[in-house]
Amino acid sequence: MVKSDKLVIAGREFNSRLMIGTGKYPSNEAMVEAHNRSGAEIVTVAVRRVNISDRSQESLLDYIDLKKFMLLPNTAACYTAEEAIRTAHLAREVLDTPWVKLEVIGDEKTLFPDNEGLVAATKALSKEGFIVLPYFNDDLVTARKLIDAGAAAIMPLAAPIGSGLGIQNFTTMRILREMITSVPIIVDAGVGTASDVAIAMEMGMDAVLLNTAIASAKDVGAMAEAMKLGIQAGRLAYLAGRMPRKLYASASSPLDGLIK
Amino acid sequence: MQIVLNGEKKEISENISLKQLIDKLELKQERVALELNKTVARRKDWAEIMLKDGDQLEIVHFVGGG
Repeated sequence: MVKSDKLVIAGREFNSRLMIGTGKYPSNEAMVEAHNRSGAEIVTVAVRRVNISDRSQESLLDYIDLKKFMLLPNTAACYTAEEAIRTAHLAREVLDTPWVKLEVIGDEKTLFPDNEGLVAATKALSKEGFIVLPYFNDDLVTARKLIDAGAAAIMPLAAPIGSGLGIQNFTTMRILREMITSVPIIVDAGVGTASDVAIAMEMGMDAVLLNTAIASAKDVGAMAEAMKLGIQAGRLAYLAGRMPRKLYASASSPLDGLIK
Repeated sequence: MQIVLNGEKKEISENISLKQLIDKLELKQERVALELNKTVARRKDWAEIMLKDGDQLEIVHFVGGG
């Protein structure tokens, strides 16, 4: 294995290039198994109103070992920069963490990002010392604006959130990877299975964030482990430097010494 | 007096601080965050901030998400 291939975001080092979510699991126990088998060090959480009248609800944080995992609060379902900023403030207050996965959504059906709102929120939050990881699409121009606004990494979606389609726009993702080298690129959203993450890593992406692909698998724990292995395989293949593609055959066995 | 708590009107007693309200609702302090009239209320200030009639309070916590 290569000597040190750590993922570095905002000066902080991570061993795992897989980040996973805490949503949609069939049970808290399944979530715990998935987290453990995935090898992930960063898990995302959402911020929502407490149900004052129903006090029986268990607390999510009871199921996450904060010594093992770093919580990354998201601003999911925020449709304006203002809402996202308020949510980030609230998350920071509970966790005392400046990290935030920033989402400003522009469309209900696709959950595609509102890039304008994202840039504005990134600017505002970065100024206040937040470490902002914005979820967006694969637009190079927006990527640069987000980085100028202070983003610590960029997170282009592979496909719509929860769609399980895997990377849909290979060309634009490739362009993004080639042109953006100042911050890590973390593929987020729309991943479906292990080959999707391996492909992302083979493209040279720095990490992948996923939730539904594991939470909605038939065997949640097995899929978590598959994702861990997919990330490792893809990353190693990328570092190994793949062979060139050819249109015609190039024999692997020698041509002399053939019997006639 | 009346405040809006998590989007719903609620009658509460006079002279109650944020901390007292959280205790009354039996919520774990370390697990929730409060936003009073669109601004985050720092936990260290909860005991001193008194609720007023018409205040809008959001009490949030972490739930599963991607």
